Formats: sequence, C-alpha cells, structure tokens
Amino acid sequence: MLLIPCPYCGTRPELEFSYGGQAQLARPAAGTAAEGDQWTSYQYERSNTKGLHTERWRHTHGCGRFFNVIRDTTTDKIQRSFRSGER
Amino acid sequence: MRKFSGWSLLLGGLSGQRGWRPQWRAAEPKTGYDAIIVGGGGHGLGAAYYLAKEHGIRNVAVLEKGWIGGGNTGRNTTIIRSNYLFSESSGLYDHAVKLWENLSQELNYNVMYSPRGVLMLAHSVHDEQVAKRHIHANYANGVDNEWLTPAEAKQFCPPLNISASLRYPVLGGALQRRGGTARHDAVAWGYARAADALGVDIIENCEVTNLRRDSNGAVTGVETTRGVIESRRIGVSAAGHSSVVLGFAGIRLPLESFPLQALVSEPVKPVMPCVVMSNSIHAYVSQSDKGELVIGASTDAYTSYTQRGALHVNQHTLEAICELFPIFRRMRMLRNWGGIVDVTPDRSPILAKTPVPGLFVNCGWGTGGFKATPGAGHLLAWTMAHDAPHPLNSAFTLERFRHGTLIDEAAAAAVTH
Repeated sequence: MLLIPCPYCGTRPELEFSYGGQAQLARPAAGTAAEGDQWTSYQYERSNTKGLHTERWRHTHGCGRFFNVIRDTTTDKIQRSFRSGER
Repeated sequence: MRKFSGWSLLLGGLSGQRGWRPQWRAAEPKTGYDAIIVGGGGHGLGAAYYLAKEHGIRNVAVLEKGWIGGGNTGRNTTIIRSNYLFSESSGLYDHAVKLWENLSQELNYNVMYSPRGVLMLAHSVHDEQVAKRHIHANYANGVDNEWLTPAEAKQFCPPLNISASLRYPVLGGALQRRGGTARHDAVAWGYARAADALGVDIIENCEVTNLRRDSNGAVTGVETTRGVIESRRIGVSAAGHSSVVLGFAGIRLPLESFPLQALVSEPVKPVMPCVVMSNSIHAYVSQSDKGELVIGASTDAYTSYTQRGALHVNQHTLEAICELFPIFRRMRMLRNWGGIVDVTPDRSPILAKTPVPGLFVNCGWGTGGFKATPGAGHLLAWTMAHDAPHPLNSAFTLERFRHGTLIDEAAAAAVTH
C-alpha cells in the first residue's frame, strides 16, 4: 500500500485516497470541433509513462481536495506531491 | 519437431526420461526478417505460428525482452470464456474458444483445455438483469450461456454458499459451459515449439529499444538490446508495455497499464469443479490440476510497471471468497504475484493496423487476454499478412476512439477493475 503525502494533511495510507489518473491534461477550449484529434487526445490518449509520472490523487476520506503526485511507475516510489496549480 | 504421442512417452519412460531435447532453438537474431513480432507471450507466439502455418511467412522473429511466457501469459488465472455482450466481442472471443477446442491436437502439445464451465454470480436485481441481458445477447450470437437458479448453481458447484443470510446472497448465475481453463505455460510452450518447427526464430532476452522508420514514416526495423534487426512488417504484442513500444513511433495509445494480482493456495484434493466469478463482490476462483485454488484479485488503483501490487487488494478478494465458500476459510495462500495489464477506456482490445505503415498492434486486452490467446494470434497474423484486418477484428481499431464507435464491455470484462 502506498503512503501518499497529501500537501494539506500530511502522509496517509493509500486507502484514504482516490486515484485521478494522469495530471495536467488540458481540456480543449470551448467550441473545439468534435471531429478533431484534440478531444480524442484529451478523453482517451494517455502517456502511460514508464518512469516519473505526474498524476492526480484526491484525499477522498480526508480533506477531500485534489492534488498532484510525481511517482516513479517502475518502483512506485513517490518523489513529491504538490497542490493543484503549482508545479 | 519430434512428435509427442503415447508411444513417445512410453519410450521416454523406458529410457529413464533422458532423451528429451529443448522444445525450441535458442535462436540468434539475424540481420533481417520478413516479419517481426515484439512480445513473446501467447499472443505473439501464436501470431508467429499462424504467420508461418497459414500465410507461408516463415522468416519471422519473435522478440521477447525476458523469457517466453514470463509476462502475463504466465501470470494470469487461465480462464477461458466468450460470454461478452456485443456482437463484435462475442465474435472475437468465440473465435478464440473454437480454436481452444482443438489446440492440443493442432500443436501436438497438451494445453490442458478443460471446458469445465464458468459461472458468473448475481447478487442483486441489477446483477440479475445484466446477466440475463448477456445471456440473451449471447444466445442471439450463437454463444452458449444459461441462467441457473441458486439451487442449480449449488448443484453445479457444491462448495458454493447460497444461504440467504449472506451479506450479498446468491440470486443465481450465468453459466457458460464451454468456458473453462487451460494450462497457461503449455500454451506458450506449445506455440513456441510449433512455430520454431516451422522456422520461426524465438529470441529471448531481446528488448526492443527503438523503432526505425524511413523517410515515408514506414517501419524498417527495430533497435534491440541485441542489435538492430530489419523488417518492414512489425507486429507489437507487448501487453502492458504497448504504450512504451508504440511510443517509439510517436503513437499515443488510449491505454493505461495497471498491476493486476493473482494468488494461489496450498494444493488440496479436487473441490472446485468449475470456475466461479462474482463481479459485484469481486471473487474469482478456480482450482488448478495441481490442486491449488487459483484466485484473481483486482487491479491496483494506480498505473504502474512494477509487476506487484498492494496486499489490501488481495485481502479484499479473499474476504469475498471466504463468504461465498466458507469451506476455504482455513486454507493458506502460498504465493501471490502481479502482472501489468493494458486497459482501454472501453475494456475492448485494439487489434489493428496503426497509422504507421508496416506497424501493427495487438494490445488493450486488459485484465482478460489469456482467453483470447489463439484468436488474437490468429487474427494478428491475418492482419499482418494481408495488411488489412480480418472481419472478426475489423471493429477493434485505434480509430474507434476518434469516431466514438466504442465497444463498451465494462460489464462483461468480469470483475470490477
């Protein structure tokens, strides 16, 4: 089980959190044509990184807030976490 | 290829079992091939076999970064079934079941296909409605699947607890009698042996590190840890690493790779006559011929390439199994492990040409690729040989995610992942 550092509450066991997938996916601007690649990319395509992966977690059973985590998907070691909007 | 038979076994016994040879050559990579398969699991080995057998393309290499059958082929829970909802899916999976039925004879290798029945339990009105919808859809597609009442389910699977006092009582189940299990290692070994006999080079410890392309973008070969190997026809069947390999050609796939765990108990005498799975409470159990209970757990919540998962995931499924099968409560678990499964948004595979000329992909089988092994190999070979999909896999394209023509099998993909 991962120990996840919530930037608001501190380190807690994984069971308190929900996984939110790859972070920092930019939603296409309103009015972007439905046929184009942008929506396909946003909705379905993922980097699926082998290595350092930036991902969203939500502290569902804690503060309830979303934040970002950088985790190495080859070791599951978490490098750091940071609040949404930060880098 | 030395043919196996009752006679060869008898002779082997009389000569002290000393005459057995390796089942395939340890091939050195040549400079080029007519076709390359990336990934030496059951699917990839199957594709190489059918390329050689049915399409006359024998100058083929299978490149495996580890050892044959050491990935998901050797890590799954060996369940075979084809009771999927949509016509496209039941066509695809039932094609595989039909090939399973004769695979031991085809390969001259006992893959121990055992159609002992797959029983999928319902625990709520919603479960029951979904199961019956699947049964009717399967019936319309000529795939066997039938509804059992709790008493009938108990008769079919005596250790099952159908007490009304269960937290999630058994309201019935959908039974596919042609479903069952096979010996996963034997499938890989059987295909490897048969492909090797037709001239296919099986190259282990050979990881692809890049794809080479010409000025038109078409593939011209692969760079590997054992040097450059040329080919203008490359099929990628790399399961959890599909995103990595196709990433070398700049293709972003609609895939996420998750650890999926399985575990086995200490071996006991035959007690489980069939496969039982419950989507709702996540139980998934059968018994191997060795006697171990083979149990499939859930995927972990997060993407990973570590081939291991968290213990609470296993605990969750064991709680459900202890509830459904009180007889197993005192059994000890022997081993647990993980594999990396490539999951698509609609839980259906991608078996298609890619936008890159000469590059083909077989991926996205997610948590249920083993059952499709012969079918996926057969259809990947067909697609590579004809540079066009077979009618059975023509819907399983990459483009469906652009067009919105998804094949949403989330409900049929068994346990909730």
